[in-house]
Amino acid sequence: MEFLTPPPVRRLTGEESVTEPLGPTRGLPAPPGNGNGNGNGNGSAPASPLVGGRRRIASTPLAIDRMQAEALSVAYGRKPAVDSVSLPIRQGEVLALIGPSGCGKTTLLRSLNRLTELNKDVSQSGRITLDEVDIATLDPTALRRRVTMVFQQPNPFPMSVFDNVAYVLREQAARRPKRAALRGAVRDALARAGLLDELGDDLDHPALRLSGGQQQRLCIARALAADPEVLLLDEPCSALDPQSTQVIEDLIVRLREDVAVVIVTHNLQQAYRVADYVAFMYLGRLVEYGTAGQLFRTAREQRTREYVRGEFG
Amino acid sequence: MVEEFRLDTEPTRDSDRRAELMLGALVCLVVVLLLGMFAFVLYQAWPSFSHNGLSWFGSRGNVDSQIQAIFNSGTSLGHEVYAFHGWPLIWGTALVVGGAVTIAFVCSLFVAVFIVEFAPDALRRVLEPVVRLLASVPSVIYGLVGVFVLVPLIGNHLITQGSKASVQGIITLNGYSLLAGVAILTVMVAPVMVAIFSDGLRAVPRGWIEASLGLGINKWRTVWKIGVRTARPAIVAGTVLATARALGEAVMLSMVCGVVSFAPNPADGWIFFVEPTRPLASTIIAFIDDLSTPPMRHTLYAIAAVLLLSAALLSFGGWAAKQPMKRYGART
Amino acid sequence: MSLLELPVSQPGPRAPRAAQSPPWRLIDRVGLAVAWLLGLLFCALAGALVLYFLVQGIKYVRPSLFLTNPSPGFTATATGGFLDPMLGTMLVSAIAMAIALPIGIGVAVWLSEYGRPAALARVAESTIEMIAGTPSIVLALFGILLFESPALGFLSRSSEGVVFGRSFFAAGAMLSLVALPLVVSNVREGLEAIPDHVREASYALGKTKFATTRRVLLPAARPSVLTGAMLGAGRVIGDTAIIVVLLGATLTFDRSGSVPLLSTLRGTGSTLTYYVFYNAPTGEGNQPTKAYAAAFVLLMIVLALNVGVDIATRRSRRLRWSS
Repeated sequence: MEFLTPPPVRRLTGEESVTEPLGPTRGLPAPPGNGNGNGNGNGSAPASPLVGGRRRIASTPLAIDRMQAEALSVAYGRKPAVDSVSLPIRQGEVLALIGPSGCGKTTLLRSLNRLTELNKDVSQSGRITLDEVDIATLDPTALRRRVTMVFQQPNPFPMSVFDNVAYVLREQAARRPKRAALRGAVRDALARAGLLDELGDDLDHPALRLSGGQQQRLCIARALAADPEVLLLDEPCSALDPQSTQVIEDLIVRLREDVAVVIVTHNLQQAYRVADYVAFMYLGRLVEYGTAGQLFRTAREQRTREYVRGEFG
Repeated sequence: MVEEFRLDTEPTRDSDRRAELMLGALVCLVVVLLLGMFAFVLYQAWPSFSHNGLSWFGSRGNVDSQIQAIFNSGTSLGHEVYAFHGWPLIWGTALVVGGAVTIAFVCSLFVAVFIVEFAPDALRRVLEPVVRLLASVPSVIYGLVGVFVLVPLIGNHLITQGSKASVQGIITLNGYSLLAGVAILTVMVAPVMVAIFSDGLRAVPRGWIEASLGLGINKWRTVWKIGVRTARPAIVAGTVLATARALGEAVMLSMVCGVVSFAPNPADGWIFFVEPTRPLASTIIAFIDDLSTPPMRHTLYAIAAVLLLSAALLSFGGWAAKQPMKRYGART
Repeated sequence: MSLLELPVSQPGPRAPRAAQSPPWRLIDRVGLAVAWLLGLLFCALAGALVLYFLVQGIKYVRPSLFLTNPSPGFTATATGGFLDPMLGTMLVSAIAMAIALPIGIGVAVWLSEYGRPAALARVAESTIEMIAGTPSIVLALFGILLFESPALGFLSRSSEGVVFGRSFFAAGAMLSLVALPLVVSNVREGLEAIPDHVREASYALGKTKFATTRRVLLPAARPSVLTGAMLGAGRVIGDTAIIVVLLGATLTFDRSGSVPLLSTLRGTGSTLTYYVFYNAPTGEGNQPTKAYAAAFVLLMIVLALNVGVDIATRRSRRLRWSS
């Protein structure tokens, strides 16, 4: 099979971000072999400014380590799903997990906020840290407030748009806030998800009557409302049409400044478009981890090369 | 070949049409039967209602002696007595049904949540069939438990000699009581509610539960705010069904509530709970043998009409309660 | 690719986080504790009930009870067994189901496969719901009106020209209304669970709608039909009010006429539920041991039906369409 020209780059490369800091440029093809767009942000970044007691970095492609999986293995019953995977997750970057179905991407993602524990016969070894703290020692609920998840199927609650976004704020708060007090935060979250303009002032609209793409963005807004540190996206666009996909991809690229983003995707072009780093998994193992450009163009492993060329999976 | 084919299909088309018409007729028959029931029962009940007017529902004198007078007048043609003031029966029904349904509702909701979301697997596997079994146990068996276990317990241990003496001459406190009725009825309708509630909770899409958990909402809150909220239509349906069962329960309550039509009075202090009462449905059972005397018959049908209309109202109430839930609920 | 040239936009001060509650608030903990408490209480109660009847049943059930008829008397030995009530239970539920099943299946098929005009469908749905909510004592009184009327009076026993409207026919017919909603809802659920492509496949072969329903859909929904039938039978067997009113107060079969089976159906009798009611301390018989024994038998019948429903639902789950 012939090597296909990679899809248009929408990633922020170092050079592009100078001229266009936020707006992802569509239709600017990255010339093959131009590796200099991917060289930055490989962990050697200088210390980032501390904001509000929590580590927040300025909107640069500089990255800081937030989470770390160390020799993580997860098994359902006796069936291993993830096999000793070690991975860093950094804020300021988008990490994409790719690989054929059943390779353990989703399991890895779900173990990052301990949603795997909902399955009773799951067993796990190795450890995951969040800011150098083993997440097994955290209360799962507290962990999930910091590491939230958006699922494959858009799953807004059967409530109004407003209540969907306010849900987290209401239920996490020490005392139930008034509607007026939540208004600002809800609008802010909707705006970050790019949904506010479309909906206008009709925030009482039933969430389930939105279109699929809007529903998924509402789910992202819902996840962002609680101000998480890490956002996990499990194939967020697989149920959506191309146009909604594009909107969500733009959104993801913008989000990485504030939160560490991990996205599982089946769609290689999508991984190439949005990710800074890509991890290729196969049969539960992490085969290769590297910058998007390196992995898609000059993969070290034979398996990876075959997969990104579309020869299997 | 073609000719044969056409010959073959044309009659089948016809028979298909006929089948649809026949099924439609069957459905109409069932509808007509229900309408007929309303018409017949109300027609039979009319003399009692028209003689008493709204005072039928009021409270005056002793219902049992009114019924006795109605029965006695049956033999003297042209001098029938219809005076009937059913408040004690209605009050008794409201107390027993209201009490049992309220207690059962709260308990069932928690039990259903427990079974569906929190119970260990082993316990759940045992509990689910047990709930269904309890929901289908004949009411007369619950009545038997009440008569043999609960009534003596109340009669011998809860009621003191002093309290018995305090109401002497008016009623006898012997354990057949409001409390026994409410307790047994609660035990009877709770499994029905638990069964329907937990079906509803189980049908809540896992995606919503996971989404909420994934947002860092603890499990209890998730179940309460998402699970129970989503299962509200099932909760309404279960409550309506259980209330209908409780409202119509005649034989079991006539076994444990006592035989006099007394209206338990909250002003009596705690004796209120052990005072006897006799709900509407049990009253019909108590006097069913007197159905052949016309005034008695009309009176009993009037009681049945009240029950029937309450059941219809309940059904409508359930429908009305579900309406606002539709707005955010389904993908319509 | 000089990092220093990158514009470093200062992030504005983020809105302070709303005061966060600890993951488990006190009220949540209390709620969870209450759920556990009530759940375990419910287990205990269920266990106690089952155990109680098991003990009482084993204590009082004698094989002879199944073989002898009730007879008047004041002692446990003189009052005989419950052969006729048991046969009565079977007879009356057979009649009820013989009526409820065809009508219920018909209504369910119409509702799920035809359902036109839509107004009639809505009316039919609320009718079924209403019947489910109608107290059985009201159904019983309605039954009296129906079966003492000249049109249907011949189905019941009469003495000196006066029809009382009480017979196995009358009781069975009214009990069928108790079972009807359960049959309809279960069959309908079963039919609606069959995906449309199955119907389309049958139409594509040139089968008519009715033939499709009869040859494809109903066989596929058989476990649901079975579930509905058994749930309905459970309600029928457990009903007491209709029996008290429509079957009369004779404990044994009291035949009417001389034709063998018809005379029994037109005559009166009793069922196990009535037998329990009659022998409870509040009843006329007042033979507690007999009441317990009959209650135990009733419970066993209900248990058997429940196990049957379980098996049927499990089968329907196994046969669930993949889609």
